[in-house]
Amino acid sequence: MKKLIAISVLSLAALQAFAAADEFTLTIKDHAFAPKELKLPAGKKIKLLVVNQDVTPAEFESKPLGREKVIPGKSTGIVSLGPLKAGRYEFVEEYHETEAAAQGTIVVE
Amino acid sequence: MFSAAIIVFRESLEAFLIISIMVAATRGISHRGKWIAGGVLIGLLGSALVASGMERISSVADGMGQELFNVGILVIAVAMLAWHNIWMASHGRELAMQIKSTARAVNEGGKERSVILVVIALAVLREGSETVLFLYGVANSGDNGLRDTFLGGSLGLACGGAIAGLLYLGLLRIPVSRFFAATGVLVLLLASSMASQAARLLVQADLLPSLGAPLWDSSGMLDQKTVVGTILHGLVGYESQPAGMQVLTYVLVLLTIATAMRWVSSRAKPPVPR
Repeated sequence: MKKLIAISVLSLAALQAFAAADEFTLTIKDHAFAPKELKLPAGKKIKLLVVNQDVTPAEFESKPLGREKVIPGKSTGIVSLGPLKAGRYEFVEEYHETEAAAQGTIVVE
Repeated sequence: MFSAAIIVFRESLEAFLIISIMVAATRGISHRGKWIAGGVLIGLLGSALVASGMERISSVADGMGQELFNVGILVIAVAMLAWHNIWMASHGRELAMQIKSTARAVNEGGKERSVILVVIALAVLREGSETVLFLYGVANSGDNGLRDTFLGGSLGLACGGAIAGLLYLGLLRIPVSRFFAATGVLVLLLASSMASQAARLLVQADLLPSLGAPLWDSSGMLDQKTVVGTILHGLVGYESQPAGMQVLTYVLVLLTIATAMRWVSSRAKPPVPR
């Protein structure tokens, strides 16, 4: 456990030092993603800001990317990604995943 | 209503499976019912607390608070499950003999009871807080929001409980002499699965390399979101698109606990013949 904490702290420090990730934004409004298709560069570290403009909480989820993050109402969640290989990665807002507007794709090229 | 049922089913099933495995694995420990109920109650209270504080949790550690919080919960649960299995490796035979002879339950399992309490509370807390957030959102949208959410949520909960109940009844059919060996394997897989989820969160927080993301994709064969996929995810940690780091962690934790169990078991005194 102590080791884990030490590793976490060290890695956090490293994260701060090399925080050269490109920033991209994805917005959720009325449980709909904008844009529905997000283009991201391949082979780079990416900081994806998921802005939830609704008052209700949302959950950004992407099985292919292995990401799952609850974003409380009226707040922004940070999802770090990459470096990614070129391809298409689906994502959903899990609480409304059956609705087309709550489904999107990240296109990496 | 339908989405409420599905989400609550998915989230509650995982917690239910953990509860039924723990209930089975601690068979023969006296007063375990109270500790199980206590765990569920603390977990539910904690869920509401975590859900209402999610905004604050999310904002710490440069926005990675949620990940680190869940990693903390998972690491504690893995440690508890490992401890349970190692304890059982030396006391399992004794417990099995007592159940066979319908003697009174073992009174020695003091620490064991706190393991039940903590593991169940953490399982309910983890799955429950997300469910509470979701239900809060649904209940606030639409005219029939509250009624539909309640109906759907109850339906999902009932289905999750029913599947876990069947698992428990199935486990009870295992002969007593092999019972704890079986629950030991289930607890071992549960611990490995939780460790792999912790690894996924550390990759997500960019604190660990992914080592292949994903390592494989079996979603065409068995989608993790189907009922069978959800059950397998809850029981053995099945993931259709895992990161390499998750698989590595899973294997390492599994081997570590299994080795410790074997070592303790070989040192334990042979049972006194009756």
